[in-house]
Amino acid sequence: MKILVCISNVPDTTTKITFTNDNTQFNTAGVTFIVNPYDEIALSRAIELCADGKGTVTVINVGESSTEPTIRKALAIGADDAVRIDAAPRDAYFTAFQIAEYAKDKEFNMILTGRESIDYNGAQVAAMVGEFLNIPSISIIKKLDYDGTTATLEREIEGGKEVVTVNGNFVASCAEGVAVPTIPTMRGIMSARSKPLVVVPAQPIEEVIKVVKFETPPARGTVKLIPAEEAVNLISLLHTEAKVI
Amino acid sequence: MSVLVYVEQVDGKFKKSVFEAVSYAKAIADKTGTNLTAVSIGNVADSELQELGKYGAAKVLNVASAELKNFVNQAYAAVIAEAAQKENADVIVLSNSFSGKGLAPRVAVKLKAGLVDGAIELPQLDGGKFLVKKGAFSGKAFAVTELNSAVKVIALNPNAFGIKETPVTIAIESFSPAVQSTDLAAIVKEIVRATDKISLPDAELVVSAGRGLKGPENWGMIEELANLLGAATACSKPVSDLDWRPHSEHVGQTGIAISPNLYIAIGISGAIQHLAGVSSSKVIVVINKDPEAPFFKVADYGIVGDAFEVVPKLIEALKAHQA
Repeated sequence: MKILVCISNVPDTTTKITFTNDNTQFNTAGVTFIVNPYDEIALSRAIELCADGKGTVTVINVGESSTEPTIRKALAIGADDAVRIDAAPRDAYFTAFQIAEYAKDKEFNMILTGRESIDYNGAQVAAMVGEFLNIPSISIIKKLDYDGTTATLEREIEGGKEVVTVNGNFVASCAEGVAVPTIPTMRGIMSARSKPLVVVPAQPIEEVIKVVKFETPPARGTVKLIPAEEAVNLISLLHTEAKVI
Repeated sequence: MSVLVYVEQVDGKFKKSVFEAVSYAKAIADKTGTNLTAVSIGNVADSELQELGKYGAAKVLNVASAELKNFVNQAYAAVIAEAAQKENADVIVLSNSFSGKGLAPRVAVKLKAGLVDGAIELPQLDGGKFLVKKGAFSGKAFAVTELNSAVKVIALNPNAFGIKETPVTIAIESFSPAVQSTDLAAIVKEIVRATDKISLPDAELVVSAGRGLKGPENWGMIEELANLLGAATACSKPVSDLDWRPHSEHVGQTGIAISPNLYIAIGISGAIQHLAGVSSSKVIVVINKDPEAPFFKVADYGIVGDAFEVVPKLIEALKAHQA
C-alpha cells in the first residue's frame, strides 16, 4: 500500500496574527511554524495503516525551502520519505494542481490531507486533487478503515454522519476522530534527518485567485458584567438589549 | 451571463442555509444585472422547489434521477458544472456546508474557476475587480480575495448573510445531465442523522461548556438550557479530548468555527485557540468563576460566578420568561 499525505506549513496555533506591507502579507517575523494540526491527524492515520510493513507513507508539501523543518517533523512522526514541490503555495488551486501533477503516475492507494489549513482556512485541496486526478474525494472524514481493497469512511454531515465506501484510489480530508496525533519519539527525530526528501520543480498553472488585503476583526466593546446573584437579569438583557432571544 | 445557485436538499427539504445562499446569489444577480437560476439534485417535491422563488430564483433546474438520490460530490460537481455551462453562468454560489466543502472545489476545478470558501459578505465589484471577503487565520483575520477567473465560485458561510425575500415566479425545468459511472465510485452506505438536535454550524444560538463543568455527568443543565433556548450544544477542546462530549461538538481553531447570533460559554477560560473558532459570534456571554479568565475580554456580557449556581438560575429565569 502507498499513501501520500499532504502537509501544510502553518503558524503555531498560539500565534498573534499581524500583517505587513500595507496589510497585504502575513507577518512571519518571530512566528513558529508547525505541521497543520489536521494534517498531523491524517499523517498519524496513514502511519497506523502502513504499520508492520503493510505499506509506505510519503509526505508532500508545496513550499519554499523554509518549510523543510516542518517536513522533517513529519518524517520524525513516522513518514518514510518526503517530497517538496519547490514553490510558494500561492493558493489551494495552485497547490492541489502541483500535488496532482506529482501523484498522477504514482498510483497512490490513497491521498490524505487535513480537513482545512488553519491559516487561510480553505478546505479545498483534497477535493481539488480528486478532481484533477478524476478520482473520488471525501471531505471532512471522522473515521477511515481500509481492508486492502475497500476503504470505509465516515463523513461528517450536519447533525450526523454518513458512511461511504470506495474501491480504488481516492482522496480524503481528515478531521478529529480519524486518529490521535502521534508524538515523535527521539528515535524518530534522529532517523528523520537521514530519510529521503526530494525537491521537485513546480508546474505552471494560471492564477485564478489572489488575496489582495487582510483585515483584522474590529475590537469588541467592553464586557457588561452582571453580578452572579443577579444572573437572572441576563435573560431580559439578551431579550430586550441584545435582541438575540 | 447569469448566476447559478446550488440548493442542497436534506430528505427532500431545503434548510435555512439554502435560502441564505439563494438570497445571496439573488443579490449578486441584481448587482450584475443578470438572472438567477437554481439547480436542485435529488428528490424534491415541486411545492418545495416553489419556495426558492420567494428568494428570487426565476428558474430551477430539477435533477431528479434515481442514481443521484444520494450526495456523491464527484457526480454532483459534474451536474453543477454542466448546469453552469447550459445557463452560461459566470458566478456559482453554494452553501459552505459539510457537503458544500467537498463539492465547491470540484466544481471550481471543472470550470477552471477561482473559489472563495467561507464567504461572509457580498462581493465588492470595484473597477472591474471581483472581491470577496472571507475569514482567515481561524477567525483572527479576514482576507479580501480577488477572483480573476472568467467563472467564479463562492461558498457562503451559514448565518453570515441572512435571508432576504424578493419573490418572483419560478419556472421548474427538468434537467437530465449525463452522469458517468466513474463519477459514482464512492458509494453511500448509511446516513445517520439525529433529527431532534440542532446542527452546530447552522445554529443561531449555541450553549457551550468547558472543563469548569467538572465531568460529563453535569451536562444535564447545559442541555436543558440549550433546549429551552432552542440552541445547539458545543464544547471546548479539552472536553472532547476527555471524551466527555463528542468531537462533533468541539468548537475552536481545530474544531468547528461557528458564527451564531448568541454564544454562551460556561466554564471555558477562553484559550486563544478556542476564541479563534467563536470570535465571530454576534453576541458572546461568558460565565466563569475566575474573573481573570481571558474570555471576559471578548465577551459582551459576563457573569463571574459558579456555573453550578448560575446556570440553574438562568434556567428558572428562562422558564419564567417563556411562560
